[in-house]
Amino acid sequence: MKPQAFPLAPAASSGFAALDFTEMDLKEIAGDVVARAAAGGASAAEAVAREDSEFATVVRLGEVESLKESGSRAIGVRVFFGQRTASTYSSDLSPQGLQQMVEAALALARVTSDDPFAGLPQPGEYGAVDGDLDLYYEDVYSLSTAGRIDYARRAENASMAVDPRIRNSEGGSFEAAAGTKVLATSTGFLGEYRRSHCSVSAVPVAQDERGAMQRDYWYSVARSLSRLESPEHVGQVAAQRTLRRLGARKVKTARVPVVFDPQTARALLAEICDAVNGDMIYRGASFLAGKLGEQIAGGNVTIIDDGAMPGGFGSSPFDGEGAPSRRTLVIEHGRLQSYLLNSYTARKLGLKTTGNASRGLAGNPGITCGNFFLQPGESAAGQIIAGISEGLYLTEFLGFGVNLVTGDFSRGAGGLWIRNGELAFPVEEITVAGNLKDMLRNISEIGNDLEFRGAVASPTLRIDGMTVAGE
Amino acid sequence: MPQTPPQSLLSRYGVAAGDLERYLAAALSAGGDYADLYFEYLTTTSISVDESLVKSATEGISAGCGVRVVAGERTGYAYTDDLAPERMLHAARTAALIASGPAKTPAVNLKQQLERNLYPVPLPSVEAEVTAKLDLVMRADAAARAYDPRIKEVRVGYGDELKQVLVVGSDGSYAEDWQPLTRLSVFVIARAGENSSRGTSGGGGRVGLEYFDRGKPPEFFAREAARQALIQLEARDAPAGEMEVVLGPGWPGILLHEAIGHGLEADFNRKGTSAFSGLLGKRVASEKCTVVDNGTMPARRGSLNVSDEGSPTQNTVLIEKGILKGYLSDKLSARLMGLPDTGNGRRESYEHFPMPRMTNTYMLAGQDSPEDILRSVKYGVYAVNFGGGQVDITNGKFVFSASEAYLIEDGKVTAPLKNATLIGNGPDVLTRVSMVGNDLKLDEGVGTCAKDGQSVPVGVGIPTLKVNGITVGGTGKI
Repeated sequence: MKPQAFPLAPAASSGFAALDFTEMDLKEIAGDVVARAAAGGASAAEAVAREDSEFATVVRLGEVESLKESGSRAIGVRVFFGQRTASTYSSDLSPQGLQQMVEAALALARVTSDDPFAGLPQPGEYGAVDGDLDLYYEDVYSLSTAGRIDYARRAENASMAVDPRIRNSEGGSFEAAAGTKVLATSTGFLGEYRRSHCSVSAVPVAQDERGAMQRDYWYSVARSLSRLESPEHVGQVAAQRTLRRLGARKVKTARVPVVFDPQTARALLAEICDAVNGDMIYRGASFLAGKLGEQIAGGNVTIIDDGAMPGGFGSSPFDGEGAPSRRTLVIEHGRLQSYLLNSYTARKLGLKTTGNASRGLAGNPGITCGNFFLQPGESAAGQIIAGISEGLYLTEFLGFGVNLVTGDFSRGAGGLWIRNGELAFPVEEITVAGNLKDMLRNISEIGNDLEFRGAVASPTLRIDGMTVAGE
Repeated sequence: MPQTPPQSLLSRYGVAAGDLERYLAAALSAGGDYADLYFEYLTTTSISVDESLVKSATEGISAGCGVRVVAGERTGYAYTDDLAPERMLHAARTAALIASGPAKTPAVNLKQQLERNLYPVPLPSVEAEVTAKLDLVMRADAAARAYDPRIKEVRVGYGDELKQVLVVGSDGSYAEDWQPLTRLSVFVIARAGENSSRGTSGGGGRVGLEYFDRGKPPEFFAREAARQALIQLEARDAPAGEMEVVLGPGWPGILLHEAIGHGLEADFNRKGTSAFSGLLGKRVASEKCTVVDNGTMPARRGSLNVSDEGSPTQNTVLIEKGILKGYLSDKLSARLMGLPDTGNGRRESYEHFPMPRMTNTYMLAGQDSPEDILRSVKYGVYAVNFGGGQVDITNGKFVFSASEAYLIEDGKVTAPLKNATLIGNGPDVLTRVSMVGNDLKLDEGVGTCAKDGQSVPVGVGIPTLKVNGITVGGTGKI
């Protein structure tokens, strides 16, 4: 499967020939829906409205392969009859469409169960981060269509100019998107924010003398076009990453230190984010349930969630329920200090919301991280590798294989073998396995190379005691 | 077509025949080889039960149209959720930017060509009473909890949808379809002392609620999830390294989906980026292996009456007695590669353009008995249930993660094993299939495949089979 290069779901934007949504604006529509729900007898209601547009182009072997551009709007409502709740969503924003949507939610809420913990946040829990969070830049749409295609072409050209063993490609791409999100509640909250992003990527394919092929990719993503890395740089890095895979082989099964590059380390952080998700915690479906306050990792491990970082890919002024985003110390010097919560899970656990509610158009709010990261350490990545006589430098995961209930971890992997402190040869068709409980305690070194390429980020890190399975 | 066809999409939106011609003409206003309009009206329901409470019930409507223009190898695409003429024309002209030549005239035909109904559901689930759905989920919840006192958490999910589509192509293709989908899933957590474990089961298909009366009742899935969780409480570390693996029938067919299915999608082969590129006619599996992708199976989750481009779906032989016979194609691949269109052009929704995707991918039954297959293994792993998988189609490496597996020692199934991921190499793993059972089963109807950001429902299946060597990603016994 083609690697997903972009961590963000496409958001909304104004297109190259701006689609003109001249009817009521989103805040009016959301407010209107809440009013209709109240008029229909709901004791509380909440509406989410979204407007998104996107542009994407792929250029392959110098020619445009695809061009896609569009926009959409949709709305969802959640209603309460006391402690019963239900929700509906629709892409029909006409008055009749909205009325039908509200009526369907009211009818559905009559058959759900009374849940003593259900409900909107308390009045005092609402709010938004002050000031501009630096999330929206018009310039993601400033290039002409030809200009955007050119970005994609330049990334691909650069990736194919590096080495004669790269003669094929899945293409260079450029994407831009922007969107507006609105939340309105019957308790008086009305909030709106916009965000944008653009990205460029290259996916070169290399072939060795025996005809064996390898593919890798690189990308840059930013909220503003001015902050995007140059397509040439992206293409060159993509080419290096692809070339270093040529000649990959399997290795013998062994228990060795594993160095996680920032990409794979980030995947590990994402698992930790899931493990401290309030929904998993109150159900006892996470190995970290019931461990608040305990030492679960070494003193060198501090993990932070910050939904209020200016420009962050995981930032927003308020969360999916209208609580202000904020910075939360999740793990401090190895001690589990906080879960990530919304108002429901906070009530379940006798705690307070951490402003991490996520919200699609309908359904009960879930939980998502803001910007979730491991604080960097002192060592350069090169130093960490240099300290290992036999080990694995992990650069890729394949598949899933994480059981958050037990912490068991077993994933397909690829990378480079470390021998006598150097990267010796590429490795593929192996797995790395362990248990997250042990892995957290065995992070023996943390790099100084923290960089955000998405909402979740990590520096290079070294974990001991894992099993690399191969031959 | 359903017995009493629901309202046609065109009449629902007040779209006249003349409008269809105008939109396609606008799409081809700068030339191109082909254009199509994909109208979609989707209604969905989802219900979830947790702590024996119906905590959430959601219904929704999503509708729109996507306009595609194909010129050579290029695809232009735009979509709109507002079907008013100005928006449709805007979308058509946007998609037309991919081409640059003299305008072409579409051949618009308004007659449904395909008369076939693989899913003649008496009543689409979306139209059934919500109380009937609540009954299903509460029954599943009760049955899981009653199975054993160690079952501590139960979560039940129910989802249904009815997708009404209309595809109109500039080549005269015209197809309207009503695609129901229903699914029930159960997730449980078991606890004994310090140990916790999980189990999951589910099923459904292009069926209505009658499936749970005539087919598998909610209790079946509940007990299955509970049974798995209890076994996992006893599980010990899986071994690590290359060894013999026996796969149970049904959902372990995800092996085929990952090992060869994606690698045989025509787009990757046209571009030469698949590890299977150029291998047509070559041996890619043992003689015991015949693998098909069959979109024509009645009521299956992965089936379709027509592809999302309006072509008939087919039963396509991919591998015959070990020889690679064909790729899965769509209209674009077929035209560019000079191959037949196997009807595998699929898209997640009107917001996406189609590409080759699988439907129901399975291996035909063989001659061996499952008991003989297990007896033949001195030391290995017997895996009967899996989570998900993934593949790198360029170097051919694929994985799938076992959720229920056992050690085989001297031909006997012994200790249950903790979750382990299996990893192999697509172009040769099937050459190591030395025994193929006589017990072909398809999965219960839970599969979703993601490719390039688009998810589609799929089915998989295999009989019990033995793979001589594949790497098991455990932590024990080096």
